[in-house]
Amino acid sequence: MDFAHLAAGFGAALTVIGGAFGIGKLASSAMEASGRQPEAAGDIRTSMIIAAALIESISLFALVICILLALK
Amino acid sequence: MWINNSNIVTDTVKTAVEVIKKQDTSWIMHHVLDARELDFSPFGVIHLPQIHLFGIDISITKHVIFMWLAVVILIVTFFIVARSYKKSLIPRGITNLTEVFIVFVRDEIARPTIGKGNEIFLPYLLTAFFFILTCNFLGLIPYGSTATSNIAVTATLATISFVVIQVGGMMKNGFFGYFKGMIPHGIPIWLLPIMFVVEILGLFTKPFALAIRLFANMTAGHIVILALLGLIIILHTYIIVPVSIPFALFIYLLEIFFSLLQAYIFTMLSSLFIGMAVHQEH
Repeated sequence: MDFAHLAAGFGAALTVIGGAFGIGKLASSAMEASGRQPEAAGDIRTSMIIAAALIESISLFALVICILLALK
Repeated sequence: MWINNSNIVTDTVKTAVEVIKKQDTSWIMHHVLDARELDFSPFGVIHLPQIHLFGIDISITKHVIFMWLAVVILIVTFFIVARSYKKSLIPRGITNLTEVFIVFVRDEIARPTIGKGNEIFLPYLLTAFFFILTCNFLGLIPYGSTATSNIAVTATLATISFVVIQVGGMMKNGFFGYFKGMIPHGIPIWLLPIMFVVEILGLFTKPFALAIRLFANMTAGHIVILALLGLIIILHTYIIVPVSIPFALFIYLLEIFFSLLQAYIFTMLSSLFIGMAVHQEH
């Protein structure tokens, strides 16, 4: 009874939920802030991309572990 | 009534599982992982020399060849760029393009994060940025392979960043002053041991995160493209083609964007940590 592949798929799906939720919240507040103050849109866009890459790196930590599990 | 319906669902699932289990998907990992030969599949295979020195395996592999290719491209490009600055200060052609990137790294990455002493660290940041960018782009051409999708390469880059951060911080603040400055002022004395441990751990986890971030981003992009194109092969039909190819193309364009973004993020975070080590404003 080898549950490694099942665990890998399940773990990847849960990680994507968390990552997508975080980046969605980030993007929504960035849009709101740009709408409120269009002159700062460039700075907001840069900070948004940096924060999105950092949040994404967390979900990629979990992805690496899932790949290790699936290849076992 | 005379058809036994009770096993239809389980039989279908069992046949589907058996068909999928018989498919050989090892070619996905073969395209992503490192290999000891250059594989130009229908045309031929170039076997690379395997060198063992004192029991350590330092053979030339595919990722090593592509790293050397990136180095050669960068050296040639920057020789041309440097020589063209001697002729005139107005850049034309490739000098113009490179100057856009260099000015971007200096004005958007180094100056806001390091501030005053940023010229010393600028050569390292520019090297890291252009090297990671070239390695990432080389993985996107046909028959190319991404050197930065190897954890050893990204761990080396992160270690070099770590060394630059510590040496930069220690040269600015002194050896013991650097460690003293890591702990914020005005905290109760019983919190001191925990804060010290947390800060020392943080010194090591930040470059570790740099390495894993770059490695996972590059590997995941390639695996997604290969999996989408592999759907056609695994399902053995032509019906999936109008779905699979546009998705794979979209992910490919996204990968170009991610190559640029990951080079930027690596350089940006390295420069941020250098700034935090040099100007300890706690």
